Amino acid sequence: MYQEIAWQASLLGVALIAAVFLYVGLRAGNPADFGPIKRRLYAVRTYWFAFLVALGAWLSVETLADLPYSTTHGEAARPAEITTEVTGHQWYWEMDRTAFPAGTEVAFEVTSADVNHGFAIYNDDDRVVAQTQAMPDYTNVLRHTFREPGTYRVLCLEYCGLAHHKMTQEITVTAPDR
Amino acid sequence: MSQPDPYQPDPGIGRSERGVVLAYMATSGAVLLLMMVLGLIMRLDQGELLGMAPDWFYRVLTLHGTGMVGIAGLAGAGIMWYFLRQYVGLSLAVAWANLALFLAGVILIITGIALGGYAGAWTFLYPLPANPMGMWDTGGAASFLVGLLIIGVGFLLLHLDCARAIIARYGSLGRALGWPQLFGRNDGKAPDAAVVASTMVLIVNTLGLVSGAAIVVMSLINLYFPAFQVDPLLAKNLIYFFGHVFINATIYMAVIAVYHLLPRYTGRPWPSSNKAFLGAWTASTVMVIIVYPHHLLMDFVQPQWMLVMGQIISYTSGLPVLAVTAYGAIVNLHRAPIRWDLASALLVLSAFGWAAGIIPAMVDATIVVNQVMHNTLWVPGHFHFYLLLGTIAMALGFMAWMVRTYGGARESGLDQLSFWVYAVGGVGFVGMFLIGGREGTPRRFAEHLSGWIPYDRWASLFAALVIAATAVFVVRFFAGLRRAALTEA
Ligand code: HEM
Ligand SMILES: [Cu+2]
Ligand SMILES: [Cu+2]
Repeated sequence: MYQEIAWQASLLGVALIAAVFLYVGLRAGNPADFGPIKRRLYAVRTYWFAFLVALGAWLSVETLADLPYSTTHGEAARPAEITTEVTGHQWYWEMDRTAFPAGTEVAFEVTSADVNHGFAIYNDDDRVVAQTQAMPDYTNVLRHTFREPGTYRVLCLEYCGLAHHKMTQEITVTAPDR
Repeated sequence: MSQPDPYQPDPGIGRSERGVVLAYMATSGAVLLLMMVLGLIMRLDQGELLGMAPDWFYRVLTLHGTGMVGIAGLAGAGIMWYFLRQYVGLSLAVAWANLALFLAGVILIITGIALGGYAGAWTFLYPLPANPMGMWDTGGAASFLVGLLIIGVGFLLLHLDCARAIIARYGSLGRALGWPQLFGRNDGKAPDAAVVASTMVLIVNTLGLVSGAAIVVMSLINLYFPAFQVDPLLAKNLIYFFGHVFINATIYMAVIAVYHLLPRYTGRPWPSSNKAFLGAWTASTVMVIIVYPHHLLMDFVQPQWMLVMGQIISYTSGLPVLAVTAYGAIVNLHRAPIRWDLASALLVLSAFGWAAGIIPAMVDATIVVNQVMHNTLWVPGHFHFYLLLGTIAMALGFMAWMVRTYGGARESGLDQLSFWVYAVGGVGFVGMFLIGGREGTPRRFAEHLSGWIPYDRWASLFAALVIAATAVFVVRFFAGLRRAALTEA
């Protein structure tokens, strides 16, 4: 979902800027006095600036409310229903369990035995649904609730050497328990 | 309205000064073209149009990343030096020393990759260099790291020389940033944009390079004495702080060409002694330093306030570009009697490339988005946007202007065509990275799933277009280089 939003928002922003540059670039052959143009455009800038600040503030409020970090810092309101350990190795994933019920919250305690890896869960449409870094000496706790039953796959999203792209692990998500 | 004449030589620049700048740009141009070909090879390989063994894919990736970051820095430094030299007494010897160290570093880096097999990427993320699982030998990793260190020392010398010369003329770095005018009464006498920008860059890059050198040295020790270990989270912070600052500094140096040359083409001044301009640069100085945690958003153990700051400062970092630099370029250009040529077109393109390139960057710095886009092709999508269409367009535009102004290069029928090929090819090329990111394609993957391959192939086509256009620019630069270097302006 966020992939699509990110793409649409970026496309819109880039297209808008491109349109302004093309418009101004192509009209540059039709010169006019700089004085009035400068005054007018710098007046507009105040509104443009205010608009950007408002947009940024709104986006921050909307997106900073629900962050994925609290469990790692021991601040989660309640424990997850399932907790499981994940360790990255060059080049395989060691996982306590690889089958989970849909609709149940899982806390993946992710670490690494050697270098940095990236623990990323892909659904069967090859989209990332969640990720965290697998770091030596540290444990990142990733909480995730699988929505749909199906076959998921872990890929490594931090470059870790020769077989980085082969470091996969299947996860099976079954129909909800109850 | 009279047509401006943008091809006036700068009186403050003699033949020897011009020589070192042209040497920087020539080195950058030649390496740029080679590295672009390596980039195309990677895209072709991912698109299964070329069969490369994964170890070689990762070596090529390492060389391309390191080489491109290096020449972006070198080209930016060349531009900065050219304009800053007109205000302060920079040392020629230091400028040449930086280039010599750069070339020495390049040799060590190539040796480390080609002979030592090193493929730990330009970010050498600790403790990967010491854990190659047989893919490279310790000497290869060491050669690469020492090469980086030497290049870093060269840049550090250059920035320290800038600091010395700037302080000699303006008294302090605060004055050079225009603080008296920013925080007090604006008497309109703030230093030139080149001075302001160079001061900002020297502050951030000195910090960045020192942090980078620290982690390079620790990694080197760790290579030979595995018992000496570094906290992996600290290492990550140091590396991304260095990497973020250094690559961003390239565009803050290169943009000086836009501030200085665009007004010569439009015949309109671009005043820098105003509070908006000075405020933007002072704010950027701080923001470039504190924004780097947006590279660590998926490191949940990092203190949370830093990660939240990473998102918020990423948003505010866009303001100086969108409301001052790109906006200023638009104001300068709007209905101006501009003289279009290759240089002016590339400089305008670069303002677009920078402004547009920060949009996908800010999107990805949003933590909830980062959780599904981090380390996908979205990331190279955003940084190729502002590097290829921003920094490099600035450098190529400056180079075209140099050989036209000093080398008597003439307009050619190819200019317009190659400009549009570069622009369209560039947007198409980065667009394919961004689509790859949307589709979940991981970055730094030697092999792609079949669903991702069509985009790899389109990207190869666009990359070939970019390379063809760049080849025209670079060949034209070299054709005019001799005359530009030797002429008595
Ligand atoms: C025709 C032009 C170019 C092509 C075809 C190209 C291609 C590529 C490719 C295929 C990758 C690897 C993407 C992946 O992770 O799968 C890459 C990475 C990269 N490129 Fe480029 N590139 C081009 C221009 C540039 C320029 C102009 C710069 C900078 C000035 C640059 C800097 C980098 C960097 C820093 C990386 C990251 C390396 C890493 O992940 O370690 N590239 N490029
Ligand atoms: Cu891995
Ligand atoms: Cu990996």
